Amino acid sequence: MLYRENGQFKTSYAADQQVFPIAQDRWAVVGIVVFAFVAVPLLVDEYMFRAILIPFLILSLAALGVNILVGYCGQITLGAGAFMAVGAYAAYNFHIRVEGMPLLLSLLLGGFTSALVGIVFGIPSLRVRGLYLAVATLAAQFFTDWVFLRIPWFTDNSLSGNVSVSNLQVMGWQLNNPLNKYLFCLAFLTVFALLAKNMTRSAIGRQWMAIRDMDVAAEVIGIRPLFAKLSAFAVSSFFVGTAGALWAFVHLASWEPAAFSVDRSFQLLFMVIIGGLGSVMGSFFGAAFIVILPIVLNRLLPEIGDLVGVEISTAGISHAELIIFGGLIIFFLIKEPHGLARLWSTGKEKLRLWPFPH
Amino acid sequence: MNLRKLALTASLGAFMLSAIASTSAVAATAKEQFFPVLVTRTGPIAPNATPWANGFIDYLKLVNTKGGINGVKTVFEECETGYATDRIVECYERLKGMHGGATAFQPLSTGGTFALTEKAPIDKIPLITAGYGRSESQNGAVFTWNFPLLGTYWVGSDVAIQYIAKKLGGVANLKGKKIALVYHDSPYGKEAIPVLEELSKKYGYSVQLLPVAAPGVEQKATWLQIRQNRPDFVLLSGWGVMNLTALREAQATGYPRDKMLGNWWSGAEPDVADVGEGAKGYSALTLQHGAERNSKVVKDILAALYAKGQGTGPKEDVGSVLYMRGVLSAMLGVEGVRKAQERYGKGKVMTGEQVRWGLENLDLDQKTLDAMGFAGVMRPVQTSCLDHMGSSWVRVHTWNGKNWEFPSQDWYQADANTLRPMVMLASGKYAEEKKLKPRTPEECNK
Amino acid sequence: MGFFLETLIGGLMAGMLYSLVALGFVLIFKASGVFNFAQGAMVLFAALAMARFAEWIPGWFGLEGSYLGTAAAFVVAGALMFVVAWLIERLVLRHLVNQEGATLLMATLGIAYVLEGIGSTLFGNDIYKIDVGMPKDPVFLFEEVFPGGLLINKEDFIAALIAAVLVGLLTLFFQKTTTGRALRAVADDHQAAQSIGIPLNRIWVIVWCVAGLVALVAGVIWGSKLGVQFSLSTVALRALPVVILGGLTSVPGAILGGLIIGVGEKLSEVYLGPMVGGGIEIWFAYVLALVVLLFRPQGLFGEKIIDRV
Repeated sequence: MLYRENGQFKTSYAADQQVFPIAQDRWAVVGIVVFAFVAVPLLVDEYMFRAILIPFLILSLAALGVNILVGYCGQITLGAGAFMAVGAYAAYNFHIRVEGMPLLLSLLLGGFTSALVGIVFGIPSLRVRGLYLAVATLAAQFFTDWVFLRIPWFTDNSLSGNVSVSNLQVMGWQLNNPLNKYLFCLAFLTVFALLAKNMTRSAIGRQWMAIRDMDVAAEVIGIRPLFAKLSAFAVSSFFVGTAGALWAFVHLASWEPAAFSVDRSFQLLFMVIIGGLGSVMGSFFGAAFIVILPIVLNRLLPEIGDLVGVEISTAGISHAELIIFGGLIIFFLIKEPHGLARLWSTGKEKLRLWPFPH
Repeated sequence: MNLRKLALTASLGAFMLSAIASTSAVAATAKEQFFPVLVTRTGPIAPNATPWANGFIDYLKLVNTKGGINGVKTVFEECETGYATDRIVECYERLKGMHGGATAFQPLSTGGTFALTEKAPIDKIPLITAGYGRSESQNGAVFTWNFPLLGTYWVGSDVAIQYIAKKLGGVANLKGKKIALVYHDSPYGKEAIPVLEELSKKYGYSVQLLPVAAPGVEQKATWLQIRQNRPDFVLLSGWGVMNLTALREAQATGYPRDKMLGNWWSGAEPDVADVGEGAKGYSALTLQHGAERNSKVVKDILAALYAKGQGTGPKEDVGSVLYMRGVLSAMLGVEGVRKAQERYGKGKVMTGEQVRWGLENLDLDQKTLDAMGFAGVMRPVQTSCLDHMGSSWVRVHTWNGKNWEFPSQDWYQADANTLRPMVMLASGKYAEEKKLKPRTPEECNK
Repeated sequence: MGFFLETLIGGLMAGMLYSLVALGFVLIFKASGVFNFAQGAMVLFAALAMARFAEWIPGWFGLEGSYLGTAAAFVVAGALMFVVAWLIERLVLRHLVNQEGATLLMATLGIAYVLEGIGSTLFGNDIYKIDVGMPKDPVFLFEEVFPGGLLINKEDFIAALIAAVLVGLLTLFFQKTTTGRALRAVADDHQAAQSIGIPLNRIWVIVWCVAGLVALVAGVIWGSKLGVQFSLSTVALRALPVVILGGLTSVPGAILGGLIIGVGEKLSEVYLGPMVGGGIEIWFAYVLALVVLLFRPQGLFGEKIIDRV
């Protein structure tokens, strides 16, 4: 009734090729963005900002990057944490070594450096594929872990290898309270999400998908695998690296390589697969699932225990958290192997027909 | 999935979100001093971190059975971190506002300390890192909110060299000796290095650095190198399973255990119990206390809590090394509150800012400590603006195959002449980076 | 020279243990196309079960101090791994037939979480002891040839022997028994195997069960060496380069790959490590595997991937 495209006629090619061809979609997206920028700051408290929303936004950005590589170009990676680390440490070095470097530029240069490193570690993808590639990308993970621990230049000769930043500001706008940090990350995410959405609809995105679906056939119709694969690695690493820089600068403010360990890489791949491969929307769902669920479980379980009248120990809660988290992952993979994004589009289909499904 | 299920899932999600929002607003109750407890009860670190948490909580309970802090009861709330920095940050954000505001945070993780160091000054909550954290935070003029009470890794390194010198019969004999450091490849493990290198210039020994990647279950190559170079002593900076593996490999390569010296995170029961006789002769520094099953405070805890079935953990663990460290850590927090009450009003609930003053002016003499049941466990602590550590006494205990025991009653004190300049240099660099102005003596006395 | 030999032997023995974990990966991948990231969690789970039952069973039946208790614990833990295998097939794999590799991989990670959680809940999360009477002290050979002698770690040596025997038994099982042949048939072609009447589901249970037993043996060996604790599940990460170096589908590949990685990482750490500050062995193993993959993308012994358009 409310959600249908009847009566929306496209009169030009431009109108037909918009990002969101259905008016309701367009308004919904605009509504969500406005809600996130205006209403959320009024509604939520500091804890929500710092512990949930900011990590969610930053990890969504990283998941978006991973999704470009895994979901659109079909190259499985377990090294995303490494590219976050490269982005973070590169941004740090630009930030402290170049006098008067604007924060925005440091972060983007961090992403850019990560893109270059991504291209280098993407080279094996030209020969190696599938699960072999996935394991091979772990080489990037362990190598960067080691580099940032062992080479003191990268950490500004800090005695312990830990680095930190402070007094962040963008053109006089201080990033010192959770609200400003939230808005800063949100702005980044909005721009990058739009970028990703458009990139996947353009020629380059189609090349990636062709490579993903069948690389030999793609080659036959004139797509250069070298360019397509390496560009996917570069763009993906750029996103992930920028997210890493944000994670380090805005969320943690002080970090060590362990912040970008192999667990982080697994976490990002989880987000993409639970959320939905090859879907921008899915990256957000996945990030929400992986970031928020453990925290919700951790806080809800004692209350459920109270209701039933048992006191669960902290250790018991974390074990239950592991079991339920793992169980839900399996459940979702079985029920909807194409991810939460598929549920979303199924829902939209149903809504179109509602209330007369036949 | 059909539409109904979808709607159900969505509303369930909304319910969960609202649940988070509602639980974060726990009402503040009067007359309760809130101690957040960041625990690691699962994962690879759990065997070591669990006794610490139990000791911490048992002491808070003990304070309550004795009538609280001048009548103010302690309350506590646990949050599981899994030893991951981002979970520590989440727990910190979750707990800091509960029950009217947190007294002080004790993250029990060097990585977590680094992250919280940036957040604590903004929220005005002190950080107590008894025996860990960043060594330069001893300088309270720069690190206003950090309290590495009782000792830092630099103290540990300095005392380790003193201990070796004593074994060799004087510092002159250090010349030409080879000392290997097997360390956890992380900021925690690396903290030990600067002092060892500084002292090697002075005494003329050489240091061999052998990093072990976390979690430290594969050390064959490390110990082959030790076998090849045959260092005169091996220092160990490990945590969790790494210590166990190091001792196993030492046994397997025949390196004498009595030439090995761990830091105080490498010398507790979980590190050696599984090796048993194979670790006999292995020594470790202690943060003043060892396993103190005969101390009065332990007897008090057993009588007041465990006899009534109110103990937090298993009874066998009470008095073990890491349990005692938890007790001490909690005691220091409680005493900070007590000191603050002397200034801001006895029997009142203290804010984080007031507790900070209390911790900075802590003055526990031996008489007070003995009265609290810490006789023979620790020595007096006196902090000041420039010295947030308050004490740098260390003992060395040795594993006899079944228990940790003190072979001699020697106390070592870190050499302030060596450490002080390093602390000032490093904290000065930090202040410069952060564009902080160190507090002047006048500001300190406010 | 003596030291080089020691490093080499140490590497070979470490490699044999990696092979044992890698074998679990290969078995499951061969038969069901699942890249089983839960192998590490299975090692932990099996070792925990073994350690705790060895503690409990003597108390229940009064078998104090005899090896009977340990043996009984081994049997019970083995049975438990069978139950786990059956549950995994029943609850997870059966519902995920024909899904993509990445989805299956994620499902096994989910299994890993569940196993870690259940293992810690049932058996606790302290450090536990497995005592199967392994000798802990070293022996020195050829003391007249090399200064200081040639150090052999007895425990590693016995562990390597056990691993070798296990590999031999598995090879026999695959080559000579009917079930083994059925397994190989399934590995070659699911549909063809099914069409000649091989029940896929039962085969999967068997394969996971065998992988569970391999995990149990690996868990006992590692657990007796390091104590049974949570970090055991990370040994899987050390075994991954072995699997891709040897080829995902090759049992001999897992063995040889393990030896190559073991020797490679120990030699690199000891001889290259000091030049760059040490701690290189873990990434060196991965880079070594990666370099081999550049020349042989399917690993040393993997089946060649043929693309049809």
